[in-house]
Amino acid sequence: MIDPSVQDASKPLIKIRKLRKSYGANEVLKGISLDVHEGEVISIIGASGSGKSTFLRCLNLMETPTTGFMDFERFAFDFEAGARRQPTPQQLCALRARIGMVFQSYNLWPHMTVLENVIEAPIQVRRLPRKEAVAEAEALLQRIGLYEKRHAYPSKLSGGQQQRVAIVRALAMAPKVMLFDEVTSALDPELVGEVLALMGSLAADGMTMLLVTHEMAFARDVGTRTLFFDGGVIAEDGPPAEIIGAPRSDRLRQFLRRVLHEPACLGLPA
Amino acid sequence: MTMMQDSWMAWRDEVLTYGPGFLTATLVVLGVTVASILVSWVCGLLGALGKQSRWPPVRALASFYVWFIRGTPTLVQVFIVYFGMPQIGVKLSPLTAGIIALGISSGAYVAETIRAGLAAIPRGQLESAQALGMSPRTMMVRIVLPQVFRIILPSLTNEAISAVKNTSLLSTITVVELTLYAQLMIATTFRPFDFYIAAALIYLGITSILSQLSAYFERRYARLS
Repeated sequence: MIDPSVQDASKPLIKIRKLRKSYGANEVLKGISLDVHEGEVISIIGASGSGKSTFLRCLNLMETPTTGFMDFERFAFDFEAGARRQPTPQQLCALRARIGMVFQSYNLWPHMTVLENVIEAPIQVRRLPRKEAVAEAEALLQRIGLYEKRHAYPSKLSGGQQQRVAIVRALAMAPKVMLFDEVTSALDPELVGEVLALMGSLAADGMTMLLVTHEMAFARDVGTRTLFFDGGVIAEDGPPAEIIGAPRSDRLRQFLRRVLHEPACLGLPA
Repeated sequence: MTMMQDSWMAWRDEVLTYGPGFLTATLVVLGVTVASILVSWVCGLLGALGKQSRWPPVRALASFYVWFIRGTPTLVQVFIVYFGMPQIGVKLSPLTAGIIALGISSGAYVAETIRAGLAAIPRGQLESAQALGMSPRTMMVRIVLPQVFRIILPSLTNEAISAVKNTSLLSTITVVELTLYAQLMIATTFRPFDFYIAAALIYLGITSILSQLSAYFERRYARLS
């Protein structure tokens, strides 16, 4: 499961401490602390409204946490209002360039071809020469079997193909970490497999990943760690076999029963 | 035979006499149209972005601009710029005043068009650009505006048709465009029907080309989406 040497590399890739996020009086995240180590594939599960998506969005600062601390590479932030280490707009962009994120809706830019979608950020943000960006993009598209579609517009692609291009578009930034926010939820069932397969191959390559998902089989078979979010806190944290296979709390058991429909398939108590 | 020949000769004389004048006046119309459209795009973009600004004073200014222009006659706006501004020390030539007035005027309508175009871009597209580390400026230039431009091209073409017709207002501030040229010729020939019809046909020619263009853009956009 988790490579012990990775765990021993005592310094985590991302260190989150006491992260809180409120919208007005509504506190969605109530103090999250988490160490993410290199190569970990962390599945985040939980009921809707438990804060899991908000947490993911806080990681690449699509949402700015209300208070808390975050360390990642050269970034060290304190989100408390008025704190000296609050992220600047430049730092926001620089951090997001290092942490890729893919969403439920693929959101390819419709006025650009597949290739143009993939090379846009590397050219504009990484300042890569066009030639290099194209070479990298073509290699990535080859890998997912969409090289032939590189001059097609997104509207000509199936949902699964579009989502794979969206993943490749994020990978083209050569991120250190990838975040996936329910990336298969909008897809027709028969298209889910190709997207999960791509994510699985990324995990096999050692990419550090955090994913909010309802795909329990993926969380169990590919994930190295599972977090159960409940009411804005991490209620359970451990290896998938333990969290999904042998849930300790009633809340988690209830949740899994609802998600899986058939308790028998994972040997849950009916 | 002779009658036909006579009328042909008469036609030739007319064209030779008034043709060059009409041509010059038409070029003035085209020049003013193009220049005022460029001004209107700048004003429109500033107005649309201003309405979305984070700063309330900028928002208020943009709203005032659109409200004032859309609520007052274009002719009065032309008078304010040409006759009114000198009183506060800004004296402009008729042509410059006319281009600025028409540009600012049309800009308010363009602003509303652009605003609607901006609203048509799904939030998620911006989110994914943001998540890739794009700065707001890059996002605007590379993702938002190219799409907005495509969406609003048909409306912009319609606005251009109005711009052509509105150039006739400049006849009131001594710009010798088509309408004023026709008036001047009528003053010596006493043939208002002939000259106003001739002017109308030239306007119609220009606007017809533009509406063909608008229809083409609409078809093309429909194909893309």
